Amino acid sequence: MEASTAQAESTPGELFREFARERPAAVAFGVIALIVLALVAARGLHDVAQASLNGLTLGVIYALGAVGLTLVYGILRLVNFAHGDFLTFGAYMAYLVNVTWGMPLAAGIFFAMATTALLGLFFERTMWRPMRAKGAGFLQLILMSIGLAFVIRSAIQWFWGSEIRTLDVDVTDSVTFLGLRIGQTELLVVLVGLAVLVATGLIVRFSLLGKRMRALSDDLDLAETAGIDTRRVILYTWLFAGALAGLAGVLSGALTNLRPELGFELLLPIFAAVILGGIGNPFGALTAGLVLGVVIELSTLVVEPRWKVTFGFVALIVALVIRPQGIFGRARAV
Amino acid sequence: MSLPSAFTLEAFTNLGFWSGVLVVAGIYAVVTLGLQLNVGYTGIINFGQAGFMAVGGYSMAILVLEAGFSFWLALPAAVLITMGFGVLIGLPSLRLRADYFAIVTLATAEVVRLVAQNARDLTGGNKGLYCDFEGGSPVCFDDSWRSVSDSILGFVENFWSDPEPLLPLLLVVWATVAIGIVVLSYVQGTPWGRVLRAIREDEDAARALGKNTLLYKLQSLAISALLGALAGFFLALFLATIHPDDYEPIVTFFAFGVLILGGLASYKGVAVGAVLLWTLLEGTRFVELPISEEKTAALRFAIVGAVLIGLMALRPQGMFGKREEMVLGD
Repeated sequence: MEASTAQAESTPGELFREFARERPAAVAFGVIALIVLALVAARGLHDVAQASLNGLTLGVIYALGAVGLTLVYGILRLVNFAHGDFLTFGAYMAYLVNVTWGMPLAAGIFFAMATTALLGLFFERTMWRPMRAKGAGFLQLILMSIGLAFVIRSAIQWFWGSEIRTLDVDVTDSVTFLGLRIGQTELLVVLVGLAVLVATGLIVRFSLLGKRMRALSDDLDLAETAGIDTRRVILYTWLFAGALAGLAGVLSGALTNLRPELGFELLLPIFAAVILGGIGNPFGALTAGLVLGVVIELSTLVVEPRWKVTFGFVALIVALVIRPQGIFGRARAV
Repeated sequence: MSLPSAFTLEAFTNLGFWSGVLVVAGIYAVVTLGLQLNVGYTGIINFGQAGFMAVGGYSMAILVLEAGFSFWLALPAAVLITMGFGVLIGLPSLRLRADYFAIVTLATAEVVRLVAQNARDLTGGNKGLYCDFEGGSPVCFDDSWRSVSDSILGFVENFWSDPEPLLPLLLVVWATVAIGIVVLSYVQGTPWGRVLRAIREDEDAARALGKNTLLYKLQSLAISALLGALAGFFLALFLATIHPDDYEPIVTFFAFGVLILGGLASYKGVAVGAVLLWTLLEGTRFVELPISEEKTAALRFAIVGAVLIGLMALRPQGMFGKREEMVLGD
């Protein structure tokens, strides 16, 4: 009785807050749409469209990195600081095939995805599974992953040095359509990235493996009780996460260049996508990664481009403080 | 620093070289004492120490060079700014789960570094800060320290004909470490320190006893920020410059290496861990290796990584940590 009276008297502000709690994604997209409209009014449709297109190339890389990281985080409760260095590893594997052995980039991409997937599998068997068996805590695992990040990065620096390297891609040619320019490499990155992301979404949504991964991410013990071979699903999750990280690394290396810090520099924006998307939610990570890339690039219309990385981190902090469960996440203990 | 190509006794007994190593180890000990208070005794996983160092160092230098503060007034002012910054960061983020807090603090430290890199008018950007050449004679942020350092050296010359130039800084840094260890160890035994441990063991239980746990965690973080600021001053004096690259997240990760090596919930372990880690890292310079300088650098990183992995797998309580005092869960 009292509750219904209170509801009847609620002000528009309270109604909005209620709506924002129930449908945070809708509110977030509403806000972004308003900002985009304001930018179109201020800077013209062409500039906004061009910046969004540029942002998409960044966004697919974030999204590819974030899907794997969020699954590992959600399923194993492992904040994997070495995930960024998986990206670096993939990029250098592609370099090995594409430049050292002189084979086409496509071969490099497949090799990178395969080897990075195996790398993920290798560390699961040698480090993470034994540590889980010991009942290692959160701090133990996070520090181990930082140690692993150091080891992978120094191994890369050992073999390839710290100088900047480039993949054998065309960086000068560009394509123009509807008055928008996009470099051929950028176009390749967007097309390959989006294709793989769609495939990833379909696998996670419809395949038995995808359903099992989401079940584990929801509740590992419950999934095990329900008769899912969790050990096997975890292995597949690492293969999946590694392959996507490897691809993200190659695409990032093709867009700019290769250096041992490549992956670590991408790690925080990828974490941002993971958290915005709700930890353990692959669709959330995918969407948030794409949106984050576009938003960061749109920010260059307002502030100087050198601030755009900072802008991404500030977005992460603000998002965490306001809504730590992410815009696609459900309320749980945070 | 040039690499000696062979293992020589002369290099091993090089006083200047080892003074430098000890100063760096001392700076890491100061910054890690804050981590020990946070991680070891309060159970909050703070990944933002490099950010506190940067805020401390930059505030001090900006106050001296831009605002015309005297060095001795700039030091406490910069400490207050850094502690205020810590409270500002902690207020919204300390309510979060441990893993979220770790990521927020890491991201905050990166924002500090990126602002330092990009707000060129204030921080000198990638040129860094050292002296202000406007007007007649250049004003440098460490002028006052240099004169103190010189008078200490002048006094030492009475007993020692050719004193090591780093000696005054070395003394001040390690005196700070010693005072920090004594004060923090004492504080840990007070009711205040026991509340921190209660929060680490079970925050809900501490809250049920009527303790304002957020307030205690904020105080813990603010003290950590204070120690970060001090380490920032010492690093600035040691390098005689303040540059964004010196405050990368790697600094925080190395401090965690020191923390884990020494052991959780042990203040003296921090000092031992710092000396041990830096002796290990710098001592490898004297081992004759037929590899390039770049590969040596890679090897040093790999050592820290291997130390972290090995300790976490085999002896997570470190050298002096107590297993029963170790809350590594979430």
